[in-house]
Amino acid sequence: MNRPRKPGAPLAPRSLEDLMGQALTIEREAVARYEELADMMETHNNLEVAALFRKMAGYEQLHVEQILADMGWAADVVVPRHSGIWSSPESPEVVPIEEMHYLMHPWHALQLALSAEQRAEAFFAEMAGTAATEAVRAAAEEMRQEEAEHVALVREWLAKVPQPEGDWSVDPDPPRYID
Amino acid sequence: MNDMTEAVKLTAADFKSDYKPIWCPGCGDYTVLGSLTKALSIIGRPPHEVAVVSGIGCSSRIPAYTTCYGFHGVHGRALAAGTGLKAARPDLTVVVTGGDGDGYSIGGNHFMHACRRNLDLTYIVMDNHVYGMTKGQASPTTEPDWDNKLSPGGTGIRSFHPLVIALAAGANFVARAFSGDPNGTAEIVAQAIRHPGFSFVEILSPCVTFRPEQRGWKDLVHPAPVAETNDPARAARRIMTDDGFNIGVLYAGNRTPYARTPAASATLAQIEQEFAL
Repeated sequence: MNRPRKPGAPLAPRSLEDLMGQALTIEREAVARYEELADMMETHNNLEVAALFRKMAGYEQLHVEQILADMGWAADVVVPRHSGIWSSPESPEVVPIEEMHYLMHPWHALQLALSAEQRAEAFFAEMAGTAATEAVRAAAEEMRQEEAEHVALVREWLAKVPQPEGDWSVDPDPPRYID
Repeated sequence: MNDMTEAVKLTAADFKSDYKPIWCPGCGDYTVLGSLTKALSIIGRPPHEVAVVSGIGCSSRIPAYTTCYGFHGVHGRALAAGTGLKAARPDLTVVVTGGDGDGYSIGGNHFMHACRRNLDLTYIVMDNHVYGMTKGQASPTTEPDWDNKLSPGGTGIRSFHPLVIALAAGANFVARAFSGDPNGTAEIVAQAIRHPGFSFVEILSPCVTFRPEQRGWKDLVHPAPVAETNDPARAARRIMTDDGFNIGVLYAGNRTPYARTPAASATLAQIEQEFAL
């Protein structure tokens, strides 16, 4: 597993290509995970949440394409994954699989998406704060602002979605017979 | 003109089938599948040169979700099937998969002897400390005080320690991974596949349905504080005294893998000739 970063250890990407390569990794892994979560929910007939995750995958894919276009990279470009550049085992914008529940509501899904966007924003803020060159700092700051916009959009979306009652996970025909 | 002899770069997607997993949402096995396919892409052998063998249980569904040759066998006998396959077809990369119930209980005897035989195959156990498919009974790795309606107050039975057993029985590679770290797990699985002999990878893979408290494992796992060793005595001490949440390669030995004479030099055509009627 990724080793936790040592406090004060240099984590800044060495170049613009390096930073954008990690940004591409983050966005690709977010797309893949949202697609996986959408498949998961479709299999369990939670179609509303499945559609939401599919939509999130689409948004993240737009970000992938934007990075590819900005950098002039081909769609199948391979970038080295710098494990350890982020402190969590998975990249910041990935929603953890263990947070899923087959009865979850869109409100829960959006809460998870919000957390993912906030982690991404914090990551790029850290990159901007530790950048070794002005070009890297400016690019990281631009990425941070984009993630901040996503945070705001998800918050707006959340405001339109009802928060479920506390008994949302009660299943009259549960898969378990133990408490 | 393209150089047609250039090797095609394989990706994890090349090893994923079109079948969607039916595991519970939140199950750790989803990311284990991702780690396995990523590891196979790192190894770089095409899917038709790899066989994924399993027994019975939630995690044993995994062969169907890959594009490799697959064998979904009978309960506890995944290693028996995998051993037979590797002995007959040493040219294949054989990965045996399953859960803690399948591998350590009904398959416990096969586990020990597969370690002892040291064929060049990889055994991945997705350990969630419970029988999930049959609705939450205590498994060999369940904590003795896990209280539930099926075993009130807990079983009171000491947990099985698979890594110690594997080491003592002769496994040539012993590692522990965590499903919540899919990239780190992929690297460990790839290393296990490459390592000669019997490689055992225990993957902590939470069952969020019957053991929802295992969501907390992500806060307990930590990298093994010491580097891998080829000294079984050091490895034994390390494994016996760790907290069960050390992640990494804990032992990488030098035993010569079992090989059927003259299997090491036999060609596929020669092997096929042995089966000709």
